[in-house]
Amino acid sequence: MYKITQKKDLAPNIFLMDIYAPRVAKSAKPGQFIILKTDEKGERVPLTICDYNIEKGTVTIVIQIVGATTQKIADLNVGEELDTFVGPLGNPSEFIFENLEELKDKKILFIAGGVGTAPVYPQLKWLHKNGVDADIIIGAKSENYVLFEEEIKKVSANLYIATDDGSRGFKGLVTGCLEDLIENHDKHYDVVISIGPMIMMKFVALTTKKYNIKTIVSLNSLMVDGTGMCGACRVTVAGKTRFTCVEGPEFDGHEVDFDEAMRRQGQYKTIESRKAKALEEKRKGHKCKVGLN
Amino acid sequence: MAKEKIDRVKAKEQDPQIRATNFEEVCLGYTLEEATREASRCLNCKNPRCVQACPVSLKIPDFISHIQQGDLASASRKISEDSLLPSVCGRVCPQESQCEGKCILGIKGESVSIGKLERFVGDWAKDNNIKLAEPQPYNGHKVAVVGSGPAGLACAADLAKIGYGVKIFEALHKAGGVLQYGIPEFRLPKERIVAREVENVISLGVEIETNVIVGRTVTIDSLIDEEGYDAVFVASGAGLPRFMGIDGENLNGVVSANEFLTRANLMHAYDKDYDTPIYVGDRVVVVGGGNVAMDAVRTAKRLGSDATIVYRRSEKELPARLEEVHHSKEEGINFKMLTNPISINGDEKGWVKSITCVQMELGEADASGRRSPMIIEGSEFDIECDVVIMALGTSPNPLISATTEGLNTNKRGCIIADDEKGATTREGVFAGGDAVTGAATVILAMGAGRKSAKAIDEYIKTK
Ligand SMILES: Cc1cc2nc3c(=O)[nH]c(=O)nc-3n(C[C@H](O)[C@H](O)[C@H](O)COP(=O)(O)OP(=O)(O)OC[C@H]3O[C@@H](n4cnc5c(N)ncnc54)[C@H](O)[C@@H]3O)c2cc1C
Ligand SMILES: Cc1cc2nc3c(=O)[nH]c(=O)nc-3n(C[C@H](O)[C@H](O)[C@H](O)COP(=O)(O)OP(=O)(O)OC[C@H]3O[C@@H](n4cnc5c(N)ncnc54)[C@H](O)[C@@H]3O)c2cc1C
Ligand code: SF4
Ligand code: SF4
Ligand code: FES
Repeated sequence: MYKITQKKDLAPNIFLMDIYAPRVAKSAKPGQFIILKTDEKGERVPLTICDYNIEKGTVTIVIQIVGATTQKIADLNVGEELDTFVGPLGNPSEFIFENLEELKDKKILFIAGGVGTAPVYPQLKWLHKNGVDADIIIGAKSENYVLFEEEIKKVSANLYIATDDGSRGFKGLVTGCLEDLIENHDKHYDVVISIGPMIMMKFVALTTKKYNIKTIVSLNSLMVDGTGMCGACRVTVAGKTRFTCVEGPEFDGHEVDFDEAMRRQGQYKTIESRKAKALEEKRKGHKCKVGLN
Repeated sequence: MAKEKIDRVKAKEQDPQIRATNFEEVCLGYTLEEATREASRCLNCKNPRCVQACPVSLKIPDFISHIQQGDLASASRKISEDSLLPSVCGRVCPQESQCEGKCILGIKGESVSIGKLERFVGDWAKDNNIKLAEPQPYNGHKVAVVGSGPAGLACAADLAKIGYGVKIFEALHKAGGVLQYGIPEFRLPKERIVAREVENVISLGVEIETNVIVGRTVTIDSLIDEEGYDAVFVASGAGLPRFMGIDGENLNGVVSANEFLTRANLMHAYDKDYDTPIYVGDRVVVVGGGNVAMDAVRTAKRLGSDATIVYRRSEKELPARLEEVHHSKEEGINFKMLTNPISINGDEKGWVKSITCVQMELGEADASGRRSPMIIEGSEFDIECDVVIMALGTSPNPLISATTEGLNTNKRGCIIADDEKGATTREGVFAGGDAVTGAATVILAMGAGRKSAKAIDEYIKTK
């Protein structure tokens, strides 16, 4: 069992948790993820590792409530335990294996969207610790949804914010912000690393292709085991089928078949929405009872 | 003196029409009276052919004669000399090609129902809490076992019985390997059988730590160097699914049998109290002819779909256990033999709508004696369906070999280990079961685990 040691709201429907899982904390590297299950009857869901603390033995995850399971996680509190918390899964970010001097010469830009901002943090932190500067664009719906701003500011060279409604920073999408930086602010990048909703990564990849910038994306396909056993997570990259959980989650964004990946993500949508409704009813029923007492 | 001729006692089964709608066990097993009657058929051969055909040389006539004498405790002790999983093997061994296939009675009539008798004794021992071994005082040496399938469980149990401190590391959240995630409830009950087999191993003092992926969470090296294990036994199975590489394989609705069965078994998707989603269409096509294919197709049927097996050779060549093929037919599974898919077709939203197949014929026997299937020109046809399940076989997961210096694999990705001991190319690391042989059987995996337990004991004693 894996105890929840901290819980914090970050934005509407987005929250952070620290989980006591010393083995995972000890082996975690930037770019990797975990799979958790709330209880005996729960479903296994993948979440990116957002931070880890070897001394405390904890791993930080940031979760956006989108359906039944993420709601179930949100309903748990500090001191309660998760049934399963396994990892670290997937390959660490490619750059941690690169030659540091060469890495320092590269102009790196992260493009994060929504809850995808959280997993960018350990990567930036790692780079910063190793003396590598990187810029970042954070994209969010509006000001309230900008995550980890303070933390990220400390470990990045330049932080740009783009909001859909213009309530903070650049008004528009991250791709617009990227074009603006390149076209109007004389910015040049060798590598773009993008994490966020699939649709955002697709358009980031299309944009960077135009400028011929190498682009790495972190795919969040559906998963079951996370160890290569089921193939639920398969995606097509450069015309070949790959398993995201063991061969990814990072791939070359210019080679990913995003349309297929997005379509595959929606496979359980109708079943899941039924489940979410059932849970909603259950939660409502719960509240009613409290009201009556 | 010739024995009075008694017909083979058939074990009772759930009615096919009823069982095709539930996940309860198909075969109800023998009653004491039935087991005694069936046992009386055995001739207690001096040179038992059945024993030679059992991969672990289970002392079949001996345990059966204990049943004949009504001494089930002795029967169970006799079995336990060679097998730790009688309730499992009695249910899932391909008996027709092993023990029962060679039984002398089978030459002229019907062989002794060895599997059903073994199952009866195994279940009886469980129901009566027969302790087959006691935990031993710790001998000061630790062994790590990777994977909690039959190979890992068997190795761990044997080592614990002689005083080793054994810990099994399991990647999934439940112990049992394929017994837990692959073979369905209706063939191998999880709580009543698998969980109790695992409990037996734990009662010997073996620890099982779930949710640890060797190669990610820890490594073989960290187990030896940091956690102080004297030896490691790798029993990580062959869990990597194969796909065909045909068009349309990534359409929505195409899944591996592993995914389908894991959702259904390990994650209990058939039980609405559990959260796991499973997509079962109205018409399911399962590609393949092994046990895995039969399990997938029967699971689909139970979840309410019209279910069809598509296999490229003829029925005679089906690699699945005979009993499962027979049961599948009774349950109304469609069999399309000598049929091979060439593409999967989707609708405008990217969901499966049909599978295009070709008709095959069997050519000349090749070097291995198998007649290879050949396409009949112009025989293409479509089968309408909304789910396609690929059950084409599996291979070992490269995670451990890739993260362990000096642990070599062969061309097929199997860990190289010698037959006798399971010693790998890395000192102190042993391996066995599907991880070494590729997908095989429960009994072979268990046998390999036991051999390695002996070898590990020798290795540590002489180190
Ligand atoms: C490698 C990886 C890392 C991830 N990291 C994070 C993270 O750090 N924080 C976080 O909040 N989420 C992350 N996700 C997504 C997260 O796993 C899903 O949001 C979660 O499984 C949804 O479960 P649910 O039961 O609440 O929703 P469901 O009811 O399963 O789904 C609700 C809606 O979300 C969509 N959905 C389901 N799964 C995914 C998915 N994998 N990606 C995108 N949309 C999905 C469904 O199509 C549906 O529309 C990650 C996924 C992967 C594969
Ligand atoms: C659906 C299906 C039906 C079958 N039917 C039959 C049958 O009727 N009769 C029969 O005899 N055989 C059958 N088999 C085959 C039989 O189940 C296997 O041969 C047998 O289970 C192999 O045992 P094993 O211990 O080597 O591996 P497994 O049972 O595969 O166990 C390996 C375990 O190791 C774990 N693991 C893997 N990698 C790691 C890692 N890196 N770290 C930690 N843990 C890890 C896995 O999660 C798994 O629990 C069937 C197989 C399947 C899939
Ligand atoms: S272990 Fe399998 S092969 Fe051996 S006797 Fe039992 S059922 Fe037959
Ligand atoms: S070969 Fe048949 S009859 Fe002879 S001992 Fe074995 S099971 Fe009994
Ligand atoms: S999640 Fe099962 S193979 Fe990737």
